[in-house]
Amino acid sequence: MTGLLYWQALHRALDLEMDSDDSVLVLGEDVGLFGGTYRVTEGLMAKYGEWRVRDTPISENSFTGLGVGAAMLGLRPVVEIMTVNFALLALDALINMAAKIPFMSGGQFPMALTVRMPGGVARQLGAQHSQRLEHTLMNVPGLRMVVPSTPQDAFWQLRQAIRSDDPLIVLEHELLYFRKGPVDETLPPPPLHQAKTVREGQTLTCIAYSRMVEVALEAAGILAGMGIGMEVIDLRSLSPVDWETCQGSVQKTHRCLVVEEDCVFAGAGAELAATLQERCFYFLDAPVRRVGGINLPTPFSPDLEAASIPRPDTVVQAARNLVSGSGNLR
Amino acid sequence: MDRTGLLWMLRQMLLARTFEEAAAREYATGSISGFLHLYPGEEAVAVGVLHAAEPGDHVVSTYREHVHALVRGLPAREIMAELMGKKAGVSAGMGGSMHLFSREHRFLGGVAIVGETFPLAIGAAYAVAYRRLPEAVICFFGDGAVNQGTFHESLNMAALWKLPVLFVCENNRYQIGTEIHRHSAVVEVYRRACAYGIPAVRENGMDVLAVHGAARRALERVRAGDGPQLLELETYRYRGHSMADSGAYRPAGEVEAYRARDPIQFLESGLSGSLEGHWQAACPGPDCIASFGEYCRTQGHLEGDCFTRLEQETVQEVQEALEFARQAPAPDLQDAWAAFRCNRRGERFFGREPT
Ligand SMILES: Cc1ncc(C[n+]2csc(CCOP(=O)(O)OP(=O)(O)O)c2C)c(N)n1
Ligand SMILES: [Mg+2]
Repeated sequence: MTGLLYWQALHRALDLEMDSDDSVLVLGEDVGLFGGTYRVTEGLMAKYGEWRVRDTPISENSFTGLGVGAAMLGLRPVVEIMTVNFALLALDALINMAAKIPFMSGGQFPMALTVRMPGGVARQLGAQHSQRLEHTLMNVPGLRMVVPSTPQDAFWQLRQAIRSDDPLIVLEHELLYFRKGPVDETLPPPPLHQAKTVREGQTLTCIAYSRMVEVALEAAGILAGMGIGMEVIDLRSLSPVDWETCQGSVQKTHRCLVVEEDCVFAGAGAELAATLQERCFYFLDAPVRRVGGINLPTPFSPDLEAASIPRPDTVVQAARNLVSGSGNLR
Repeated sequence: MDRTGLLWMLRQMLLARTFEEAAAREYATGSISGFLHLYPGEEAVAVGVLHAAEPGDHVVSTYREHVHALVRGLPAREIMAELMGKKAGVSAGMGGSMHLFSREHRFLGGVAIVGETFPLAIGAAYAVAYRRLPEAVICFFGDGAVNQGTFHESLNMAALWKLPVLFVCENNRYQIGTEIHRHSAVVEVYRRACAYGIPAVRENGMDVLAVHGAARRALERVRAGDGPQLLELETYRYRGHSMADSGAYRPAGEVEAYRARDPIQFLESGLSGSLEGHWQAACPGPDCIASFGEYCRTQGHLEGDCFTRLEQETVQEVQEALEFARQAPAPDLQDAWAAFRCNRRGERFFGREPT
C-alpha cells in the first residue's frame, strides 16, 4: 500500500490499463506532450506513442464523437474533457451518440468509451469554469457515471470504467487532484457502482459524493462533539445509484440529509431525496432534506464563492435542524 | 465496367426506387409512421459510391439512409421490418427509419442529428488507422450538414492525422426548405475542403458511372494512405424532405424537370406506350435511372425486355420484403431491455443483485 495523490492514482490506473490492453487509448486537449491539465496523463505519450495518447484540437464534440466511432469498432478510448464546462460542447456526442447507439442498433455495438472530466467549484475560476454537470448526465439512460472521492476509488473506478463495455463518465473534482490517500493495488475492488459507508452513526444519515464527502465527514466530526451521530455514505456512483446501501442506513437512522455541490434545484439531490422518500417513507421521522449549491452562477468574489456551496458548518446546521425537527434549511 | 457490374448498378437503383416508393405507400396506409425521409432521385450517389466500396469498408450515414443500407447489402426485408418497428428489423425495432445499423455489414448508422456522421466516421477511421487495416470509412452527409461545427472540426482532424475517410456530400441543394444559396455563403461544397488541405472533386451525382469512377479513384487514394478525400455529388430529391413535407417551396417545374424520365413513375402510372418511347419523349431529363438505362441499352446490355424484367424482379423483392415486414412480430419490453443492456456482459453493479 502506497500513499498517492488523486491524480497519481488516476495516472497509475491509466498506465496499467494501457499496458495490459492495446485497445485502450487516450485523447483530449493537452493530454500528450503537455501531460494533462492535472498531470493525469503525464509521460504516457512518451511511453505509448502518439496514436495511443493523442493531443486533440479544441473540438470537444468531434473528439468525443471520435471516441464513440472508435468504440464502435472495438477500441476502448478514454477521452479527457478538460473540464465539465467544456463538456457542454460535447453533449451531442455523449447524449445523442454514446448513450443511444448501442440501444438504437438493437444491441449490436459495443461502447467501451470512458469520458473523464473534472468539475466542481475550485478557487475563483468564475461562473463559466465552476459548473457541475451531474444533473444533466444523470438524466440520460445509457450513460453511467461514477464520482470517486478518494485516490483509492479513483484508481479502482477508472480501471473498472475502462474495462466496462458501456459508456462511462468518470466525474472528477478539481479540488481533489492533490488530495493524498492510501492506494492498495492488490486489493480486489468493490463493485463499480456500490456505495460505501465511510462513517457510522445512529442519529441521521448523510449521503454525499465527490468532494462533498470530505465536507460531510468534517461536519460529522463536529456533530459527534455535540452528541449527534451522523452516518456518512459516499455514494461513489450517481448512475446507477446503490439504493440498497442508502436505504439500509436510512432505515436504521430514520433521518436523511443529502449533500451536493451542484445547484440544489433539480439536482442529483432531488432524485436522491425523492426516491428515498418513496422507499423509506414509513421509516422516516422527518422529510429527507437537502443541502446544496445555491441557484446562482458561481460568484467570483472569494467569500461569496465559498458561501455558494455547502461547507461543514452549513451541513452541521442542517443536520441539527433535521434532528431537532426545526428550522429552515436554506 | 463489365456487363455484370453495369446491370448490378442498374438493378440496385431500380430496387432502391421501388423500395422507397413502396415505403411511401406504406406510410400512407399507416403501417409506417414517424419520420420517413426518402431517396428517389438520388440513387446514383449511393449506388455509384458503394459499388466502389470493399466489403471491409465501413459506412456512416444520415437519417436518409435506407438506400445506403440496401446497397450495402442489408436485406430489404429487414430494413422494411425496421421501418415498421418490428423485432426482425435490422435494429430489432429499436432504431426505426433513421437508425439502421448492421455490425455484420459494417454499417454504423443511421444517425439523425445533422452533422454527427463526421465524428463517427473519423472515430471509425481512427480505429482503422491505429490498427493499420486496409479499410476505408465512407461518410455520407447532406449539403445542409456542412455548416455544422462538426464538419469543420472533423475534417481538420481527419486531415491532421491522415485518417482513411471518404467524405461524400449528397448535395441536393436543399436543407429541408432552405435552398443552398440561402444557407451557404459558398455553395460549392468541395471548395470548403480546401481549407483543410483535403483533395476534393465535384461530380454529376445523376450519372452513376461518373459517381462510381470518382469514388473509386478517391477510395484508391484513401487506401493508399493519402488521407481523407471529399466528393461533392450534385443530385436532387424528387419528394419532399420527409413525408411531412410537400416540397412546395421549390419553384414550379423544378421537380418535373428532374423527374421527367423517372421509369418507375412511368411504369407505376399504368400509362400505355413503351418505356423507350417515354424516355425519348421526355428527353432530356437527368433522371439517373433513365439515363443509365439508356446507356446500358446503347451498349447492348439491355436487349429485349431486359429492363422490365429487372424492374419486375425488384418489384417482387420489395413485395416479399413488405409481406415479411407486415407479418413480423413487434418487439416487447424484454427485447428493449436486452438491447439496452447489451454491453453489460454480466457485470455486477453492486455487491448484490438490485431489487
Ligand atoms: C442538429 C440538427 N438540427 C436540425 C435538424 C432537423 N433537420 C433534419 S434534416 C435537416 C436538413 C438537412 O439537410 P441536408 O444536410 O442537406 O440533408 P438532406 O435532408 O437534404 O439529405 C434538418 C434541418 C437535425 N436533425 N439535426
Ligand atoms: Mg440537402
